[in-house]
Order: sequence, then C-alpha cells, then structure tokens
Amino acid sequence: MMNIFNYIERKSPVHAMTGASKLLCLLLWSFGAMSSFDPRFLLGLLLVALVLFKISKIGVKDVQFMLWFTMAFCLLNNLLIYLFSPQHGVEIYGTCHELVHLAGRYNITAEQLLYHLNVVLKYLATIPIVLLFVTTTDPSEFASSLNRIGVNYKIAYSVALALRYIPDIQREYHDITLSLQARGVEMNRKKAALISRLKTASGTLVPLILSSMDRIEVISNAMELRSFGKNKKRTWYRARPFGAWDIGAILLGLAVLLLSVALSAFVNHGRYYNPF
Amino acid sequence: MQKFSVKDIVAIAIGAALFFVLGRFVAIPSPVPNTNISTQYGVLALIGAAFGPLVAVLAGLIGHALIDFSYGWGIWWSWVIASGVAGLIMGFSKRSVKLSEEKFDKAKIVKFNVFQIIAHLVAWVVVAPVLDIAMYAEPVNKVFVQGLVAACANIVTTAIIGTILCAAYSAAKPKKDSLEKK
Repeated sequence: MMNIFNYIERKSPVHAMTGASKLLCLLLWSFGAMSSFDPRFLLGLLLVALVLFKISKIGVKDVQFMLWFTMAFCLLNNLLIYLFSPQHGVEIYGTCHELVHLAGRYNITAEQLLYHLNVVLKYLATIPIVLLFVTTTDPSEFASSLNRIGVNYKIAYSVALALRYIPDIQREYHDITLSLQARGVEMNRKKAALISRLKTASGTLVPLILSSMDRIEVISNAMELRSFGKNKKRTWYRARPFGAWDIGAILLGLAVLLLSVALSAFVNHGRYYNPF
Repeated sequence: MQKFSVKDIVAIAIGAALFFVLGRFVAIPSPVPNTNISTQYGVLALIGAAFGPLVAVLAGLIGHALIDFSYGWGIWWSWVIASGVAGLIMGFSKRSVKLSEEKFDKAKIVKFNVFQIIAHLVAWVVVAPVLDIAMYAEPVNKVFVQGLVAACANIVTTAIIGTILCAAYSAAKPKKDSLEKK
C-alpha cells in the first residue's frame, strides 16, 4: 500500500509524543507564523524548527520530495506576487528605496525585497513543523488527537474513516482505469485532447462514485448495528496520556503565538516590522 | 452536533476520501502550465446535492486539509476554508434538486448548476482572496486574478463532471413512482 502521508517510523522523543499535542503545537505555531511579518521572529522560528528536526531524527533525505514540491510552489507564488504587484512592498511600508530600475512600474525596491523575504521566511518557518508533524504522527493516531483537542468525536471519527478509505478508493480508481484501458479507452495524456480527456475522466468517475455511494450505505449500516453515536463520548484505542514532552510542545506553541501577538502589539505596532 | 446521523458521518468520510484521491492523484493537466483541472469539485457538488450543506462543508474542509497535509507545504487555510464554503453553498441545492426522490431532469440540471456557479464564485472570488489578503497580506490584484481563474476552471469542470455524476447517481436510485401498476 502506498504511504501517502509519509509517516516514517523512528525512535525519537518527537515520535513518542501524542498526536494531540503535536497537532495543537502545529496549529498554534502556524497561526503565530502566519500573523507576523517580522523577519527576525520568523528566522528565530526557523532555527527552533530546525533544532526540533534534529531531535526527531528525520533527515533531509526523507522529506526531499516534499521539500522540492514546496520550494517550487513558494517560488511560483513569489513570482506571481512580483508580476502582479511590484509595488506591494512600497504600499505596505510607505516608503520607496529604489535599488534597480527595470521597466515601467517594474523596479526593485528594498521594501519589495523585504516583503518577499517575509513571504519566503513564512514558508521556511512553517514547512519544517508541518513536515515534522506529517512524518512523525501515525495517521491512525491523528483522529483520536483531533477529538482530544476538542473536535466532536463524530467529526474526528469521520476523519479516521476518510484516512481508512483513501487507499481503498485509490485502488478502486486504479482498477477502473485499467479496465477502461483494456477496453481501448485512450488515457495517454499526449494522445487524447483535453475535452476527450475530461470525458474519460467522468467515465471513470461514474463507476467510482456509484460504488462509493454503496459503500456509504454498507459502512453506515455496520456502524448503526454497533450503536455508533449513541453516547456523548467515546474512548480511543490509540489514546495515550500526556508526558513531559507533550506539555513542552503545547507550551512552545503557545509561546510562539503569544510572542507573535506581543511583537505585533508592542514592538512593531502592527503586523509589519518596518526598518525604513 | 446530535444533528449528524451515522450516515452523514460516513458520507463526510467517503466524500473527503474521494475529494482527496481525486485532488491528489487524478489532476488533469490543463494547457496553462502549473494549473490543474480539479475534478474533485464535481464530486463535492454531488455530495452536496445528495447529502446537504453540513456534510459537504466538512467533506470539503477535511478533504482539502488532507491534500495540503500530504503535500507538506503547510496548510493553506484560506483555500481550505474556501473549499468548505464551496461545499456549503453547493449543499443548499439538496432541497431543490432532490436527487434521490425525483428525476434529475433539465430544470434540475439548471438549478444544480446555478447553485454550483454561485458556490464557486463566492468561494474563489470572495472568500479565498479576502482571506489571502487578511491572513497573508498578499497583493490584491494577484489574489483576485488567481481566484477568478480558479472559479472559471472549477465552474466548467463542475458543470461537466458534476452534472454527469448527479445524473448517474439519480438514475441509479429507484424512484417513488418507478413501479407501475398494470
């Protein structure tokens, strides 16, 4: 079976932590990183994240593929921002220090560079934590951790069910495409035109959807027979009590968020650090 | 939260799983580089029309968040929420389309598509760009152009794939007056 969520089993303190505390830390951290536009703060987050990466014994090699993907995404986003709004930095910081003049409104200003630095640092400060969460949390623990941080258990259970059925649906999709190909339907992206490819896609989707709808009936009947949803609470097989590392992670997440808010409120007087 | 029946819970799960599989592995590359035609919104529209807004909003949110998780580029909250909003509005079509009770005829197809067009416009031209500006302070014209392109692409794919799927699903369900007395 394909490992879509890239969970890598190792023995490390980060792996041993409960999913709930890691998820909470991830959420607090990403909100903290999202709301601040202070490069010093974001750089600090990046350094802390790298230390955590070291502790977790996950190497760069393990996450290489995802890193490339994200870098490409980040580059493209920056490019788009510059193409659409080369004066965005000037608008934000209110001053204009032109470094190089290109053509028309496309010049390079110190403000624009600082804004782009912030955008890149935002990626760099969040990605390690997300990768860390994805590679060190067992998907089956993920659902119970959602319930733990306050999500209704029925919703948490549907996340667990979704994770459970993703491989099945994937396999089914694969089977359907193979059988369509055996009947001579052209799937090659170079040979078929866009419209006919869309048609083939819906041809594959119809059997997939109908069988999935049947699946909904079967699963919900099975759950109903076992009295799912009768009580207000439920227990989880994978649930574990919090340890020292878990409390540390939650405190770290809280610290990141509070620091970010405090920086915006007291030091930078706004979300942006403005050196100009 | 007691409103959710067991079937709704399972529908959310399977909807999210379908959304994930289609969004992650079944992207049809479009002629424009770096943009994919996302077939998953057609499925989300069907889930909405068949199970209603609450199921579709959660299926969209969970499915999209799982896609972001599996790519590892961080969760792009503004677009995850927009997917949820798209599901929510498409879910309101349940009452007027009545997939499992009545025939999916021309009038229903029009209604279904009106709902999905409104849903995509609100999600990608209003919710996603506004959240992008508020959360990530991105340039206004960039996010609106991105949103407009996404909305157009999604409206077209949902119109084709969503309508075909709804017709197939509706045809597979036995209707009230499907048996005739002779």
